[in-house]
Amino acid sequence: MKIDRRKFLKLASCTGIGLGLSAADIFKDTVEASSGHSAVSTAATRYAMVVDVRKLQTAEEYQRIVSACNKIHNIPTLIPEKDDIKHEIKWIWNDTYGHAFPDQVNYYHPEAFKQKLFPLLCNHCDHPPCVRVCPTKATFKRPDGIVQQDMHRCIGCRFCMAACPYGSRSFNFVDPRPYIEDKNPEYPTRTMGVVEKCTFCSERLEKGQQPACAEASNGALVFGNLNDPESEVRKILKSNFSLQRKPELGTMPSVFYVIGGEEYAG
Amino acid sequence: MLDKALKGGKKYWTLVIILAAMSGVGVLTYLQQLKYGLGITGMSRDVSWGFYISQFTFLVGVAASAVMLVIPYYLHHFKKFSKIVILGEFLAVAAVTMCMLFIFVDMGQPMRIMNVFLYPTPNSILFWDATVLSGYLLLNITIGWATLHAEKRGTAPASWVKPLIYLSIPWAVSIHTVTAFLYAGLPGRHFWLTAIMAARFLASAFSGGPALLIILALIVRKNTKFDPGKEPIQAVAKIVTYAMIANVFFILLEIFTAFYSNIPGHMHAFEYLFAGIEGHAKLVPLMWTSVVCAVISLFLLIPYKFRENETLLIIACITVFISLWIDKGFGLVIGGFVPNHFGTVTEYWPTAKESLITLGIWSIGFLVLTILYKVAISVREELGTAKSEY
Repeated sequence: MKIDRRKFLKLASCTGIGLGLSAADIFKDTVEASSGHSAVSTAATRYAMVVDVRKLQTAEEYQRIVSACNKIHNIPTLIPEKDDIKHEIKWIWNDTYGHAFPDQVNYYHPEAFKQKLFPLLCNHCDHPPCVRVCPTKATFKRPDGIVQQDMHRCIGCRFCMAACPYGSRSFNFVDPRPYIEDKNPEYPTRTMGVVEKCTFCSERLEKGQQPACAEASNGALVFGNLNDPESEVRKILKSNFSLQRKPELGTMPSVFYVIGGEEYAG
Repeated sequence: MLDKALKGGKKYWTLVIILAAMSGVGVLTYLQQLKYGLGITGMSRDVSWGFYISQFTFLVGVAASAVMLVIPYYLHHFKKFSKIVILGEFLAVAAVTMCMLFIFVDMGQPMRIMNVFLYPTPNSILFWDATVLSGYLLLNITIGWATLHAEKRGTAPASWVKPLIYLSIPWAVSIHTVTAFLYAGLPGRHFWLTAIMAARFLASAFSGGPALLIILALIVRKNTKFDPGKEPIQAVAKIVTYAMIANVFFILLEIFTAFYSNIPGHMHAFEYLFAGIEGHAKLVPLMWTSVVCAVISLFLLIPYKFRENETLLIIACITVFISLWIDKGFGLVIGGFVPNHFGTVTEYWPTAKESLITLGIWSIGFLVLTILYKVAISVREELGTAKSEY
């Protein structure tokens, strides 16, 4: 019988009660188990990204990351301004710390830090709520951890948008094609009425390339296998303090943010 | 029996033509949406569900409320409901029809809607909702039609009808529970993430649905020979009263939890709905209308002297309906999306076209209802049993 950490702790707690262990010990285990930060995925590969915001300073650097993605994936960036907020499509974008981590803000963060931008994208959660709610399996999790979207099966019910706690999903409220700045013939455009989002550039990974944002980031965005202890992402996470967005929701995001002190907050 | 719908007076045909015309306007507007996309609505990346889904949610409640007549009549042999129970069943049919249409028009790719059944996904609540709604529609149209047909022939309903009636009882509860689960299971949407959601849905359903039924029954009585009876109406009024009390109580429980705990995420939606956030306050007048209507309705419903006066009862039922329509058919869905996951506010307001499509679906529903009620009433008028003895 295969026993993962969670099951083991459950069993251990039950056995603990049976053996008359002190309540404090059991409680300690339970608290640790319920915090939900352990890597539960046991697959050979779980793709992840580490965003080291210390390495991002100029507006140009931030923009380059977003533009690389937009261009390669035929993101409609020309949607008229009046509809922009409503109908915007974005796979990766930049926003402030307060918007990215709304539950982890305090009054005394350095002002420069409050202004600091964070690249935001789909978290490719280990427990993705979007996949849980999709009524047609149009969005699904691959064995390597990538949360993928089948634009041909999607019925456009937008349940996944209600379920995603990161605002990572966009819906094509109108036909996106007239609003694509320069079409990339290598990548499909989408039809109206379907939901789309970041795919960790699954099409580029197949060719042995890095995700477009990582490639354009000068090493600020590092992509790799979270389940390989020797991978670069694991090395960075081992030696730096990092954050995940809304970890308390138990989604287990695969995108990590390495932040610095004020000296880095451009 | 459907031929009864083809023979009617001037009043009947006027109503049918008005409803058909409004449905037609809705359908034509929908064709525009089909061509241009959901961009013609007020929905956005941040408020990705709007009027359609909230009307659907409200109407599931109306549909489920038929059970409030079925339980007393079939389980407790409360004979006084013998005339009115068919009105409840046919109202459920019309309401579920509207629910399905609202889901349909909300789809980005409606022609792919059968994917829900082609790729059944039991972990998705929407899959279950589609399943239980279709089932409930079939159950109610079958039961209503079969019992009416038997009544017409002066015989008892066929033996297979009874099990279906009993099945329809838990089924009615299931449709609204499953609909509540659409919302209550989403991480990060604090306004919806509440264990009391399904209970709240049922309470509001069991007050709003029967309130609408009373209004309809009194309209029918005024315009046809059909009379559901005074005592049955009073019995339904009692159901409305207690369910409305439960509904208001449940909302107050939510408010206590949000504000006493002082957790920002739990308070934000209430603040947005009832006070506005940083000047964003489009829903505030509506939500307070809902509160005022709820208070008036309870004031008129709780003292039985008021409730027994049919004029006051109608006002009470109208206020219950308005209050719940705003609360569930507007505030509940929109409140869950505002503020968004980044703590910022994007407001929602339905566009004119979206409202026309919505009105069109309500018209289709009421057209179905008018035809079904016409059939039921004509059958009884011919039998001379249109008047209740109670």
